[in-house]
Amino acid sequence: MSDPNSSTAAVLIPHISIPPITLRRRVADHAMTGVAALTVVVVLVPLFAIFAYLVYKGIGSINVAFLTQTPKPVGEAGGGMANAIVGSIVILAIASLLGVPLGIGAGIFLSEYGRNRYGDIVRFVSDVLNGVPSIVIGIVAYGLVVLPQKHFSALAGGVALAIMMIPTIARTTEQMLLLVPQAIREAAYGLGVSRWRTTLSITLRTATSGVITGVMLAFARVAGETAPLLFTAFGNQYWNWKTDQPTAALSLQIFTYAISPFDEWHRQAWAGALVLIVLIVAAVAAVRIAVKHGTLAGA
Amino acid sequence: MSNQALPRPRFKAPEPDRGSKADLKIEARATPLLQGKVSEIPDAFFGWVMRLCGLAVVALLGLIVYQLVVGSELSWHAFGWKFFGQSDWNPVSDQYGALPFIYGTIVSSLLSLVIAVPLSIGVAVFITEMCPTGLRGTLSFTTELLAAIPSVVYGLWAIFVLVPILRAYVQPFLARTLGWTGLFSGPPYGIGMLAAGVILAIMIIPIISSITREVLTVIPQHQREAVLALGATRWEMIRMGVLRNARAGIVGAIILGLGRALGETMAVTMVIGNRPEIAKSLFAPGYTMASVLANEFTEATGNLYLSALIEIGLALFFVTIVVNALARLMVWSVTRGQPARTIA
Amino acid sequence: MGVGITVEHLNAFYGKNQALFDVNITVLANHATALIGPSGCGKTTFIRCLNRLHETIPEARVEGKVNIGDLSVYNGTSATQLRRRVGMVFQKPNPFPTMSIYDNVAAGLKLNGFSNRQQLDEVVEKSLNHAALWDEVKDSLHKQSGAGLSGGQQQRLCIARALAVQPEVLLMDEPCSALDPISTGKIEELIFQLKEQYTIVIVTHNMQQAARVAEFTGFFLLGKMIEFGKTEKIFTNPSDKRTEDYVTGRFG
Repeated sequence: MSDPNSSTAAVLIPHISIPPITLRRRVADHAMTGVAALTVVVVLVPLFAIFAYLVYKGIGSINVAFLTQTPKPVGEAGGGMANAIVGSIVILAIASLLGVPLGIGAGIFLSEYGRNRYGDIVRFVSDVLNGVPSIVIGIVAYGLVVLPQKHFSALAGGVALAIMMIPTIARTTEQMLLLVPQAIREAAYGLGVSRWRTTLSITLRTATSGVITGVMLAFARVAGETAPLLFTAFGNQYWNWKTDQPTAALSLQIFTYAISPFDEWHRQAWAGALVLIVLIVAAVAAVRIAVKHGTLAGA
Repeated sequence: MSNQALPRPRFKAPEPDRGSKADLKIEARATPLLQGKVSEIPDAFFGWVMRLCGLAVVALLGLIVYQLVVGSELSWHAFGWKFFGQSDWNPVSDQYGALPFIYGTIVSSLLSLVIAVPLSIGVAVFITEMCPTGLRGTLSFTTELLAAIPSVVYGLWAIFVLVPILRAYVQPFLARTLGWTGLFSGPPYGIGMLAAGVILAIMIIPIISSITREVLTVIPQHQREAVLALGATRWEMIRMGVLRNARAGIVGAIILGLGRALGETMAVTMVIGNRPEIAKSLFAPGYTMASVLANEFTEATGNLYLSALIEIGLALFFVTIVVNALARLMVWSVTRGQPARTIA
Repeated sequence: MGVGITVEHLNAFYGKNQALFDVNITVLANHATALIGPSGCGKTTFIRCLNRLHETIPEARVEGKVNIGDLSVYNGTSATQLRRRVGMVFQKPNPFPTMSIYDNVAAGLKLNGFSNRQQLDEVVEKSLNHAALWDEVKDSLHKQSGAGLSGGQQQRLCIARALAVQPEVLLMDEPCSALDPISTGKIEELIFQLKEQYTIVIVTHNMQQAARVAEFTGFFLLGKMIEFGKTEKIFTNPSDKRTEDYVTGRFG
C-alpha cells in the first residue's frame, strides 16, 4: 500500500506556486464594471431626452383648441388634432373587437386543446406572425379590405392592427392559462362541471389579470403604429364618422406634420406625439387599476 | 403466523374525540338539487370554436403569403430574378430594380447592429451580474420603456433633435478622424444612412438587451460558482461562466434585433433621405425596402409599379421570417423551451 | 343517503405502463373505507378512476367495470354527469383563488345553472356547517378570497364545496397530509360525522388515521389490492403476510 504522505506523491503533483491576483486583472475587473455602467448611462440618455423633448416641445401646444379642432389649411396658425384623436380611438376599437376575442380564443386553444402537434404548428405560426413587419401587414390589409371596398377606411386600419394583435394576445393568454395549476381544473371537474364551463369560468377567470395585461401590452404596441395605417386608414384632414371613408389617426397625423416644411405643423406634431404617449400610458394604467380594484382580499 | 422478534400490534381503533361537535346533526337530504341530464354538445361545440381560433392564426399566415405572392406576380413575370440585381428604379419608364432598397436595408440594419450590440450586451450584463439588487427592477423597467415608444415618435425626435446634432457635431468629427475610410465623405446633411443607423440602434437596444438578460438569467448559479471557486475576478467569472455558456442565446438575441431592424419603417423613412441610390459614404441619403413601401405605395399609378412594390414587400416578408426563425432557434437552444417573453 | 360501489376487474394504464392490476372491491354504503399502502402503489390512481378523473391525463386509460349505486361509471354515463354524484377532496387544498368563500362553496351549483339566491344561501350555510367551518367564516363570506384562509380552513372549505352539490359518494385523496395535527383532528372528526349521510372512500398514508375513521380498509401494493376487510382485522389479524409487514412498519 502506498503511503500518500511519501515522496512519490510529491513527485506526481509538482509544487506550483499560484501567484496572487495581479494588478492587471483587478484593474480589468473594475474597468469592465465601469464600461458596463457607462453603457447603461448611454442607453438611458436618449430615453430621457425623448421624454424631455416631448414635454418641453409639446406641452405648450396642447390646449382646448388642439384637442377639439380639426387641422386648419396650410399656412394658417391654430387648428388641432381632434379628428385624429377620435379616429385613432375608432380604429383601435375596431382592432380590439376583432383581435381580442380571436387572440384569446387562440390562446385558450393553445393551452387547453393544443398540447399536441397541431398546437405546435399554431404556436410556431404565431411566433412567425409576430415578426412580420407592420408595413407588410398594411399591404395585406390593403388587399383584403381596401381593394374590394374600393376606398380607404377605418375598418381596413382596424383589420391591419387586429392582425398584429392576434399573435401577441394568443401567446400571452396561453402562458397565463398554463400558469393555472391543474389542481384547480380538477377541482372543478370533481364538482361535475363541464369542460367548457371549467375553461371559461374557472381557468380563464383565475388567469384574468395576466390575460388582461397581455391584451393591454398588445394594445399599447399597436396604438402607436403608423405604417399599417398608411394605406388602410390613409388619414383625413376632416371629421369622418363613416367607417367606409379614409380616417384620420394620431400617428398618421404626427408623421404627415413632422415631414412637412411648416413650423406650425412641426409644433403640432410634438403636441400630437405627447398626447399619443399620454393616452397609451393612461389606457394601460386605467386597466391595471380596474383589475386590481376588482380582486378580492387574499386572492 | 411468523415467528418474528417484533410483537404483533394489538391496537384497537381509538374512539375519536367527539367533544363539542357531538350535537352536529346532519339531516337527511330531501330531493337532490342537481337534476337533469348533462348534454355533451356544448363541450364539443366549444372545443371546435377554440380549434377554429387556432386555425384562424394559421389561415392568417396563409392569407398574407397569398396576398403578397398574387400581388407581385406581374412584377415577377416582367423582371424575374433580375429584379433584385438592378438598381434602376424609374416609375416613369416603368423600370424597376430593387437593389438600392436591399442595399439600404442591409447597410442601415448592420450599422444599427454595430452600434446597438455592444451597448445592449453591456446593459444586460450590468443589470444581471453587476448592479445592486435594489436597482435591478428600476433599471430593467426603464430600458423596457424604450420599447414602448412608437416608431413615429422616434422619427419625430430624430428629425428635430438627432439630425441637427449629427449635422453639427458628429458628422464633421467623423469626417475629420475617419474620413480616410471613405465611409464618412460628402456633405454632412445630417439626414442619411448614418442617422437611420443611429435611430434604428436606439430602437433595437431594448429587444437585444431584454432577451440577452433572459438568457443570462437562465445560466445556473453553479456555473458562476464553479469559476469563482477557481479564483477568478468577477469580470473573468462573467466572461467564462456566463457569457461563454450563453453565446448561442446572445447571438439569437442579436439576430432578433436584426429582424426588428429590417422591418422598421417609420423612423427610418423620416431620416434616411429617401433617395434610391447606392453610395459608399454613410453620410449619403439612402432608401430601404420598408421606406419605399411607405412612401410610394399610395402614389403607385399603374399595375406594374404597384406589383413591383408588393414584390419588395414579399422579399421583406420572406427575409424577416427566415431571420426571426433562425433567431428563435438559437435563443431556444439556451433557454430550452421556456416560452420566450413577448416584447411589447 | 350514500350508495355502495362495486369495482370489478379494474385495470388502469398510463400510456404503456399499467398502474392497476385486476382490482375488485365492494364498498358498502354509508361507511368509510380507507385505502392504505406505500407510495406509488396505485391508491390515488384507483380513486381517480372512480370519478373518471384518471382519463383526463393524456394517454391514460381504464378497463373494467365500476358501478356506483345504480350508475355504471364506464358504460353510458357522461363523465360530467357522474362527477355530480361523486365528490372529491384533493391532497393539497385547492380553493378557487379568485372567488370569495361563498362563491367557492356555491361554485358547483352555480356552474351547473342553479341560480335561486335563497336556496344557494341555504345550501352554502348548511355545507359550511357540515364542514365545521361556518362559525369561523360566516362574517367574511363575500369579502375574503378562498385562498386567504389557513391550510386547514382551506381544506374544510374544499370539503364544504364538495358537499354543496350533494354527492352520494365522497372521495378523499389524503385530505390531511398537507395539514397540521389540529386541523387533521378536526377533519377526522368530520369524516366520522359525514359517514351517516355519505359513502366515503379515503386514501391515506397514515395507518392510525385509517384505524380511527374507517370501518373497512383495503391494502394496495404495486397496483394490486392485496387484502380488503374490516379495519380491525387488517390491523390486528391480517391474512396476507405482505399486509402484516406493512402494518407493522417493516416497509413503506
